[in-house]
Amino acid sequence: MDVELRGITKRFGPVVANDGINLQIRAGEVLGLLGENGAGKSTMMNILSGLYAPDTGDILINGKKVVFEDPGDGIAAGIGMVHQHFMLVPVFTVAENVILGVEPTGRFDYLDLKTARKQVRDINDRYGLEVDPDALIETLPVGIQQRVEILKVLFRSADVIILDEPTAVLTPQEVEDFFDIVRSLRDAGKAIVFITHKLHEILEISDRISVLRHGRITGEGDPAKLTTETLAEMMVGRPVSFTVDKSPPHPGRPMLSVSDLCLFDAHDDFALDHVNFEVHSGEVVGIAGVQGNGQTELVETITGLTRPASGMIRFDDENVTRASVRDRHRMGMAHIPEDRLRSGMISNFTVAENMVLNSYYAPAYSKGPEIDWPKVQATAAQYCVDFDVRTPSVFLPAGNLSGGNQQKMVVARELERETKLVVASQPTRGLDVGSIEYIHERLIAARDEGDGVLIVSSELDEIMGLSDRILVMFEGRIVAEFDTTKGPIDRNAVGLAMAGASS
Amino acid sequence: MISSQTQSTQSGTTLDSGKARQARITGAILLALACLVLFVFGMDASGDATFRLSRPTDPWAVPNLVVPAGPFNYIAGAILAFLGVRQFLQGGVRWTSLSLGLGLAILVMAFLVWATAGKAFSLTGMLQATMVRAVPIALGGLAGVLCERVAVVNIAIEGMLLAGAFTGALIGSLLGGWGGLAAAVVVGGAFGFILAALVVTYRMDQIIAGVVINLFVLGLTSYVSSQVFSEYRHLNNAPVFRAFKIPLLGDIPVIGPMLFKQNLFVYGALILVAISTYYLFFTRNGLRARAVGEHPEAADTLGINVYRTRYIHVTLGGMVAGFGGAWFTLGSVGRFDENMTGGRGFIGLAAMIFGRWHPVGALAAALVFGFADSLQQKLALLRTPIPSEFLAMSPYIATIIVVAGFIGKAQPPAADGKPYVKE
Repeated sequence: MDVELRGITKRFGPVVANDGINLQIRAGEVLGLLGENGAGKSTMMNILSGLYAPDTGDILINGKKVVFEDPGDGIAAGIGMVHQHFMLVPVFTVAENVILGVEPTGRFDYLDLKTARKQVRDINDRYGLEVDPDALIETLPVGIQQRVEILKVLFRSADVIILDEPTAVLTPQEVEDFFDIVRSLRDAGKAIVFITHKLHEILEISDRISVLRHGRITGEGDPAKLTTETLAEMMVGRPVSFTVDKSPPHPGRPMLSVSDLCLFDAHDDFALDHVNFEVHSGEVVGIAGVQGNGQTELVETITGLTRPASGMIRFDDENVTRASVRDRHRMGMAHIPEDRLRSGMISNFTVAENMVLNSYYAPAYSKGPEIDWPKVQATAAQYCVDFDVRTPSVFLPAGNLSGGNQQKMVVARELERETKLVVASQPTRGLDVGSIEYIHERLIAARDEGDGVLIVSSELDEIMGLSDRILVMFEGRIVAEFDTTKGPIDRNAVGLAMAGASS
Repeated sequence: MISSQTQSTQSGTTLDSGKARQARITGAILLALACLVLFVFGMDASGDATFRLSRPTDPWAVPNLVVPAGPFNYIAGAILAFLGVRQFLQGGVRWTSLSLGLGLAILVMAFLVWATAGKAFSLTGMLQATMVRAVPIALGGLAGVLCERVAVVNIAIEGMLLAGAFTGALIGSLLGGWGGLAAAVVVGGAFGFILAALVVTYRMDQIIAGVVINLFVLGLTSYVSSQVFSEYRHLNNAPVFRAFKIPLLGDIPVIGPMLFKQNLFVYGALILVAISTYYLFFTRNGLRARAVGEHPEAADTLGINVYRTRYIHVTLGGMVAGFGGAWFTLGSVGRFDENMTGGRGFIGLAAMIFGRWHPVGALAAALVFGFADSLQQKLALLRTPIPSEFLAMSPYIATIIVVAGFIGKAQPPAADGKPYVKE
């Protein structure tokens, strides 16, 4: 089945998410769709799957114009979408999730799970998916959950399969398996749209590439004739360097030392399982791992948001295991949280208010019992200049800023003072390339000033680019350590450790 | 997982996990109960406790159950002590829930034996009353299950019960019992529809919408009952659905009178619980409804209409609550009194949570509440030294303990209480 988009435009208020897009999707072909976060990729695919209606433009299937009014229409026309955030009901089984919406039934609306299981097994066998139809979704690893999403699409006999950032949650090894599945689908005559911002992946899997920037198609081509550099330039609009410029580290005394740290999760399993490591001043330690292997809990425990079940945290030669968040902060610990909207900032507060969230109580900002607002505003304005936060005014609610500027605001607040340790969790998630470069520079600068820097990221490239030492977390344990100063690191070895394959 | 556990024992650190703490707390509670049973119920009890299991007129008379009160309670205390001690031993964690449930059941038995010592007491009658009193709570809980399974929190059940009771009395007086019953169901459904409109279409806060409906219904029915019913008494004089015995089944000793010698509302509640269970867990539309409650975005992407599903189920929930409300008038006294539901709707919500958002669970929880309710009444006759009001409080204390401490894993539908905004 071939699909064509013709002159698709979609606006959200003043923002033009898609601007006159033309795109062709062909059967038996993998179309790679490249673009930064916010370039309009997801909007376009949501239009194609019927979740949004375009403001103008047409969708043609096999040359005939179609109009989708709700998601059911897209499915009925044979277009299936695997969302970036999985659309699976965690307390249902695989079979129940797969059949939801197109259930086989018997008399009295009886749910025929027996037939459903058989049908799921049939698809499993045909494409080599290997998923147990009776497993509960919440017990499955994300790699398998993704296969369930693909099962769902295949069960609805979709001919066009849209994969939105499918590799974001996978380990490098899982990505290889996933690519095999994608190829087998393509060889079976399905049209695949592979959306991503990862350059090497798109070159590996695509038969044809389209690049999207600011809602427009800015480049198209044959992957055989493209390089990561040219693709990056199409995607960002200017040449991009992928290496982080940094001098060799000069590690000093231990700034953070974590010993025998344990924490339980809601099911009484180990979230952190006897974690031991040190971060020295003047070095960047990166924690690699697939999301959900204890990194979040580790950061929360180090920064004082969660109290560990056992173990000890020493910071700057003091035992801070039971110290409050504010005490740690006063001692010079900076925390860039993994989800800025949830725990890094208050969207409804102004930029100025957000800039002093961690220091409003300090004498510098008080005027008797009141806060000295003019002073706060002046300081915030200065921070904005120092950290390249682009906002028309510090009186603007922080929620109005772009993601990159929000994150730079958080980084400014945390680093514009005497710090000794920087704990940065997913510091560049969902940001544009310019902001990513800037934040990386700042983290390296903090290191060069003698801070210990701990970075947690699920982007292996980021960890490998920034870190002097890499620790790999798997199921709450540190399972491997790599030293980048002693020569290049084998990406595969890190990937294997992330999958828990180390000794 | 397994390797990590062995690691912890090897390293010898004492790690305090939530379950281990729960096990120890349970142990302490059980030991305290054992002391209570041994030293109060056991030592204080003298003579035999006689439990009547059938009436002399029953076709199959069953001999009375005669229990020597002192020895029985000593044994009960010993069992409680054993259960308590086991909680502190290796592997006690696994038995926490079972031990607590068993312990509470033993406590109730010991208490009954103590209270009845030297007297006679009709067990059958109490079980029958338990069932009757459980009906409005179970129906309220079932209404809650239907709403919350599609992620709409229905605080308005109390108001819907009251509306059903009022409508049943008014229309029942004019058109007869069946007309009143039908009207009560329709009015309950109408309030369900209004709630759905407020929270689904207008995305009003679900708690506030529910409270508003409760206050509206309370105000309106109180006004009419004090201003109109007092003048025109014939408007508040509805016929009552009498109990009827189901042949053969009704003659089974003990269980028979409880389940098969009741009125329309008891049978209706049991049938509705059965139908709802089948519907929610074994049918296509039930699966879709649960998906809407757990992950509305997922349901939406699969072409399931989230808004329509919520409207339908909240309206159905309202109809069930309307039926339950009619019990107060058409099922018992035939006359409406101001605020006669007396918070049963809220207790129904507690039963829903206690019953883990499952129709059968809600019914079982409602029976526990109904049991306490009827126990309190019967004990007034036995003249125990404990004020019956304290006994009336006991199920709620039990609910707090159980819901707060031991049903940690009973999670409501994931999207419960959250409005769905279609992008």
